[in-house]
Amino acid sequence: MTWRERRAAGKRDRKRAREKRVRNKEFARVTYIFVALFLGMMGYIVQFQVVKSQDLIQSPYNARKDAYAERVVRGDILDKNGVVLATTRVDADGSETREYPYGNMFAHVIGYSDHGKAGLESKMNFEMLTSNAFFLIKLKDEFQDQKNRGDSIVTTLDLNLQQAAYHALGDFKGAVVVIEPSTGKILAMVSKPDFDPNALEANWGYLNSSEDSELLNRATQGQYAPGSTFKVVTALEYMRENPAYMDYGYNCSGVIEQDGVAIHCYGGNVHGQVSFADSMAYSCNTSFCSIGLALDAERFRSTAKEVLFDSKLPSDLPYSQSKFMLNAASVNGEKMMTAMGQGQTQVSPYHMALIASAVANGGTLMRPYLVDSITNYSGQEVEKNLPKEYKNLMTAEEAAQLKQYMEGVVDYGTASVLSGQNYTAAGKTGTAEYSSDKEKDHSWFIGMTNVDNPDLAISVIIESADGAAKAVNVAKQVFDAYY
Amino acid sequence: MVNIIVEISKYLMIVLITMYTYHCFSIFGYYDPFDQKRILRKQNALMFMIHIVAFMVMYLQKDDMKILAFYVIQTILFAATILLYQILYPQSSRLVVNNMCMLLCIGMIILARLNYEKAVKQYLIAAGAVAISMAVPVIIRKFKKLSEWRNLYAVAGIASLAIVVVVGRVSYGAKLGFTIGGISIQPSELVKIIFVFFVASSFKMSLEFRNIVITTALAAFHVLILVVSKDLGAALIIFVVYLAMLYVATHQFLYVAAGVGAGSAASVAAYYLFNHVRTRVIVWKDPFAAYDNGGYQVAQSLFAIGTGGWFGMGLFQGMPDSIPVADEDFIFSAIAEELGLIFALCMILICVSCYVMFLNIAMQLHNMFYKMVALGLGTCYIFQAFLNIGGVTKFIPSTGVTLPLVSYGGSSLLSTLIMFAIIQGLYIVREDEEEDIERRKKERLRAKRSRQAYEESYGKRRNDMERAPRGRQKR
Repeated sequence: MTWRERRAAGKRDRKRAREKRVRNKEFARVTYIFVALFLGMMGYIVQFQVVKSQDLIQSPYNARKDAYAERVVRGDILDKNGVVLATTRVDADGSETREYPYGNMFAHVIGYSDHGKAGLESKMNFEMLTSNAFFLIKLKDEFQDQKNRGDSIVTTLDLNLQQAAYHALGDFKGAVVVIEPSTGKILAMVSKPDFDPNALEANWGYLNSSEDSELLNRATQGQYAPGSTFKVVTALEYMRENPAYMDYGYNCSGVIEQDGVAIHCYGGNVHGQVSFADSMAYSCNTSFCSIGLALDAERFRSTAKEVLFDSKLPSDLPYSQSKFMLNAASVNGEKMMTAMGQGQTQVSPYHMALIASAVANGGTLMRPYLVDSITNYSGQEVEKNLPKEYKNLMTAEEAAQLKQYMEGVVDYGTASVLSGQNYTAAGKTGTAEYSSDKEKDHSWFIGMTNVDNPDLAISVIIESADGAAKAVNVAKQVFDAYY
Repeated sequence: MVNIIVEISKYLMIVLITMYTYHCFSIFGYYDPFDQKRILRKQNALMFMIHIVAFMVMYLQKDDMKILAFYVIQTILFAATILLYQILYPQSSRLVVNNMCMLLCIGMIILARLNYEKAVKQYLIAAGAVAISMAVPVIIRKFKKLSEWRNLYAVAGIASLAIVVVVGRVSYGAKLGFTIGGISIQPSELVKIIFVFFVASSFKMSLEFRNIVITTALAAFHVLILVVSKDLGAALIIFVVYLAMLYVATHQFLYVAAGVGAGSAASVAAYYLFNHVRTRVIVWKDPFAAYDNGGYQVAQSLFAIGTGGWFGMGLFQGMPDSIPVADEDFIFSAIAEELGLIFALCMILICVSCYVMFLNIAMQLHNMFYKMVALGLGTCYIFQAFLNIGGVTKFIPSTGVTLPLVSYGGSSLLSTLIMFAIIQGLYIVREDEEEDIERRKKERLRAKRSRQAYEESYGKRRNDMERAPRGRQKR
């Protein structure tokens, strides 16, 4: 081979190597594309597992939850002081019965675990079917072929307050929600009519066809016109639009008429010359209608949104979203009605309790919660929920001003039954018309105790209350039980 | 007591498969064939350990001797597959053989858990298919004219698909196959292989524009038949495989862009034309809203994966039976539920390892036809795995394809094993390729010359030259 030939051969080899590299470039690219596709998919799966799966597997369609029950005895549900609200009795033959010592009293908030699940029994299902017992005890159970004991749920509920609220409501339909404003702990939640979770089996057919919807948790899922309790929101909007609200004055003649819609003050009252504070204290409808006519509907709408109308609510239990329907196109009649809490506005007692709680807590809504901690069956803490801020619904100044007006309601207005107690109180009453029958209205109250450093925020509704039953009286009984 | 063993075994299997998967990729860091062999042997040991742990746990819970017997005959199959490949084809890629057996092994474990009868049936098909596929590398090596039968491939592919449309039976809303003598055959599984050969031979013939147009038209015809017979998964696979092959053959990214554009337009059209397609998209968007309308499959699959969590419920501890067709399309969810998501993610990485190896083989080949076949079959495999896993995890709408080698199903198993065997055959023929032959001829010529010059003193060297091992280092 001459050097010429060798050089040519060398050139050819180099060229071939270069060609091979070029030819393989596309192969490498295709490989990268598919590897990237798979890495993307794996990232998605990991994200699914970390972020979404915990909520997703709670779905009632997921029968797997019950598979845990074969290995674990469902844990207890306790009140804040450790009183048992739900427990599982295991008979000698191994059969299990879920028992609710307080029967109807906690029916909606604790819920039930047969015939599907509801309330905390549904929400905390996995936790109660998970055992964090000491591992040696678990091992012992395994060897003896016994079930492990599931973890207990320590709730924020206070038996004392729940009892007071339950009895105060009496035979009326309605709901009571009590929240500790500084932490967001839900201390009581009552809904009536109720049912006995111990006798669900016998009553299931009736409960599902009943027109009274006993199974519905009215506290979170009931939808009512807020009545005059909504004036708190109207007042907030008026203060925002009119920095000189202190100078407000209105002469109440007992009726206001606009575009053919006439609105009267409750009970045919004529309030005469009223200030802004008086309007709240007396719950003067004509004054608030006049305010409503002057408000900017769109700005009103955004304020309503800020206090969580048409928004998601923080909630451990299923709830109905509240509705605020006013907009720029609304007619004057609608504006007047909305300002005084009638019209198309819809709200749940739970939502009104959140608003009262935010006012009590300087405008800041703490994330409301029902589960204080999870402990293993012997009481050792596994997980603890701590208070967290959820959202500022209004500024501290606005909250302080509203609180002052609500104190007026107690001092010399419609809630004066709460004045002169061994605790201070503030609040707003309400009467919501819901049918043409003028004799029967829903009675509302939202409020707080120990006004300077509120202990409790409350929301009460009594459905179709005849004149004698007043929501404010229910609130009073709960407050009395607390102090 | 048994519960404790189930619990411990769960973590043990996760550790074992994690190690196995790690070695799938760590092996590329070793260049010494001895080190590589050591790792490959370690992988075999890990696989047999996972296998024995899984079957021991199942035996303890079911207390059925059948399970032990089944375990033994499976071990024989896996050992025989690994050994036969080593003996018959010492040049084959052992990593691919290992991965193939690992995936088969995972499939057998979960099938034995889900449905013993089906698992046994799957075993028999696997044994037969492995035996058949053993012959494939020889065929690839002997038949040098494989690249010249373009028209035959086209006719065979389209004809068998057309038969399905005409005499096909309807299963799960798609006309997937027909039954001959009790054996159900899904031609679309085997057509994928024929299609890859068709495209590869066509591109080898000519890369002129005219030929590309003809090939594209025929490929589109394949896709069309599959769409009409409602086998959307296979249609998508053929489409993507064609795009990959077209791109690599022509180096023209423009073709891919045009293809993706046409594909998107066709998908939108299919969405409006076929109820079948629309349902799947609706289910994908929100399986819970459409729960009673086909959404329950995906919903149950997500429950299974979510409830199983990272470590799984343990064998026989979950409820994979609540997922419809858990042993076919939704086998990934069953695996994730009982063996854990970590295990399932490792399985995905093993699939990816197969693909990387296939493309690695494609790059080492010189003959354009063989390169294209390796690329096409590899893409066919990996995209099917992607469609399956993406579908059951709600990453993409579900298309109803099986997870190759793991899912229950005779046609799928047979065609995948043949695919793997063809690629092994290509891996072996790379040594026989023309250029290498030329190079060796030249070497021999050079050696001859030097022999003439130094015949006396270096006579022995000739023998050494001829005996020298031919293989390049292998993985």
